[in-house]
Amino acid sequence: MTVQSEVLKPPRTEVGLLGWLKKNLFSTWYNILLTFLSIAFIYVVLRAILTWVLRDARWEVVTTNFQVFMIGRYPIKELWRVLVSLGIVVLLAVLTWIFRKAEGPVRRWLVIGWLLSLPLIGILLRGFSRESTFLPQVSEDVWSGLMLTLILAVVGIVASFPLGVVLALGRRSELPVIKVLCTVYIEMIRGVPLISVLFMSQLMLPLFLPPELRLSTVMRALTGMTLFSAAYTAENVRGGLASIPRGQYEAARAVGLNEVLVMILIVLPQALRAVIPAIVGQFISLFKDTTLVAIVGLLDLLGIAKSVVGQQEFIGLHKEVYAFAAVIFFIFCYILSYASRRLEQALGVGER
Amino acid sequence: MSQYVSMGESRKAAPFWRDERVLKVLAQIAFVVLVFAAGAWALSNYRERELAFSFSFLDEEASFHLAEGIEFSPTDSYARAFLVGVVNTIRVASLGIVFATLVGLVTGIARLSDNWLVSRIASVYIEIVRNTPLLVQLFFLYFAVILKLPNIREPLVWPGPIFLSNRGVAVPALRTTASFGSWWPFLIVALIGAGILLILRGRGIEHTGRPNFNLLWVGVPLVVIPALGWLLISGDPLWLDLPEMTSKSGGVLKIEGGTELSSEFTALLVGLVIYTGAFIAEVVRAGIMSVPKGQTEAARAQGFTGGQVLRLIVLPQALRVIIPPLISQYLNLTKNSSLAIGIGFLDLYAVSATMLNQSGRVVEVFMMIMASYLSMSLTISLIMNVVNRRIQIVER
Repeated sequence: MTVQSEVLKPPRTEVGLLGWLKKNLFSTWYNILLTFLSIAFIYVVLRAILTWVLRDARWEVVTTNFQVFMIGRYPIKELWRVLVSLGIVVLLAVLTWIFRKAEGPVRRWLVIGWLLSLPLIGILLRGFSRESTFLPQVSEDVWSGLMLTLILAVVGIVASFPLGVVLALGRRSELPVIKVLCTVYIEMIRGVPLISVLFMSQLMLPLFLPPELRLSTVMRALTGMTLFSAAYTAENVRGGLASIPRGQYEAARAVGLNEVLVMILIVLPQALRAVIPAIVGQFISLFKDTTLVAIVGLLDLLGIAKSVVGQQEFIGLHKEVYAFAAVIFFIFCYILSYASRRLEQALGVGER
Repeated sequence: MSQYVSMGESRKAAPFWRDERVLKVLAQIAFVVLVFAAGAWALSNYRERELAFSFSFLDEEASFHLAEGIEFSPTDSYARAFLVGVVNTIRVASLGIVFATLVGLVTGIARLSDNWLVSRIASVYIEIVRNTPLLVQLFFLYFAVILKLPNIREPLVWPGPIFLSNRGVAVPALRTTASFGSWWPFLIVALIGAGILLILRGRGIEHTGRPNFNLLWVGVPLVVIPALGWLLISGDPLWLDLPEMTSKSGGVLKIEGGTELSSEFTALLVGLVIYTGAFIAEVVRAGIMSVPKGQTEAARAQGFTGGQVLRLIVLPQALRVIIPPLISQYLNLTKNSSLAIGIGFLDLYAVSATMLNQSGRVVEVFMMIMASYLSMSLTISLIMNVVNRRIQIVER
């Protein structure tokens, strides 16, 4: 009982750096082979990339056009409006981060702040009438660059949300007519590529609207993105609705709520909470998909990149320009997907 | 007391505007009326423009050139032009699905490799590709890589007879000759023979629990019978058409023979494969990880080898999880092939856009686009659902 046995340290080759190397890189003969092949591959690729980035690439095409990439044709005189909008978003984001654990009124104010920020930024960027001295109009058609990309993605997801929820409820409805119509809409949209929906909103939509109602190109693109995105939101929300146990409906009905109230007070709040990560994922893919508006002639980040490549003094610098666009998209998407993973953990979706 | 009585009475005869059954019918009628009203309003706006609606333009002469795909001349009809586009889309989508599956499978397994470096490389590839838009990747590939390749007169020579230039890629092609007609019956016989052997082997497994001969024997008729046929008939039935650099008169070099893939086709195919491959890799990884570790350990404890564990234990279970998201990746790839218009490949969508500009038949052409994509999506779903049903293990 009292005999103290000597505790042997593990052999040096099993722990620490050596142990890690042995376990992860040199465990078997084919692992050793793979390791050396990988090192050779990384060396070749990294060397090619680094020599290009640091030596061969002509980055002045990006540095001189940086402002064009960001806001495109937005008048320089009105630049402050973009900066203020950016400031609002950053401020709200910082406040949300600081009060991320807070409950109650603070949280409610933050939600209200976010909801108000959208129309506020919209008014700020678009202005009132052409003649007014305070905030003169900047038509949507000159919105461009990264700014337009962000607006398209955010408005697309926000505007598609209510429509998506209605469609999801419609698809789950017991009423056959509503169910069939909603299902047909969702499956039709999901079955065709976004680019065809965008073209349709550019070319076909005006034919079905009264001639006096003329939408700008950007508005038509936004309509297309919203109609498209709503079908995907609907499927995500439907997944959330399906995850709510039947007992919740039954209990709520037993308490005496009618069907509409059961939905609004009991089911939707739980279902929507469950679909937040899926919606963030959808936002990421919508953000990437906004590039398609470049094909229908809008000047989003990619559209601007296309026109920058055509500049006389920078002709043929496709690699630099598209690489820059790719890096910007990567930064946004990577941060978003990281945030979505964190959010998933924080909400504990799928863990209960 | 009277209060209770009156309540009871009112329940017996609820006014119709509070009767759930009536309300449900009313809600549907209201919804239909609303949809119809919106539709009628849109249609009346359309009618005001006095555009005729008919598909008769399909027989008219298209009078534009299409440089890609099956034969087409400007005197052919719009219908033929549309067919060219459909065939091009099917070509790129089917090849894309095959290669993206291979890339995805390899990368997904590499992502789970014990080797730290291999799994890092795979995950860097997956993260970069998944977090940038496909269209940006396509633009980069087409404008910054493929169009910057050397001129067709001095192409890069890949190991083997493959030539890369800014006009596209020349690869070897397998071509049939006149004697192929007398050779193909041998192929059929070989297939039947192999099929019979396979059935016999299956019977053996059913009866005794172990195969009565090695799987390799099934391959014997597949090799022997066609080879016999090749010797018996006069002239080779097949020949490999290799691309070659030949100098024409005046010293101009030219690539002859083989099949030439246009630079647009190459860019689109490579772009789609790289993009969808990364997504499939994640699907494969999730599928394999869904098989509990205990399954692997139990199989190893029973003496299965590493390869057997993967083939007999892990993959059959992982496939159940993999197939459904894989279907949606295939559908995505098919739909994403419409981005061809961004780099000028003449797929179904790009041809339709040209048709639309030429004929002005916006609504008709869009109906055709919708119908084509929907039928392609349905076909893929149907095929994959059959596969899925075969693979699903019958659960208790």
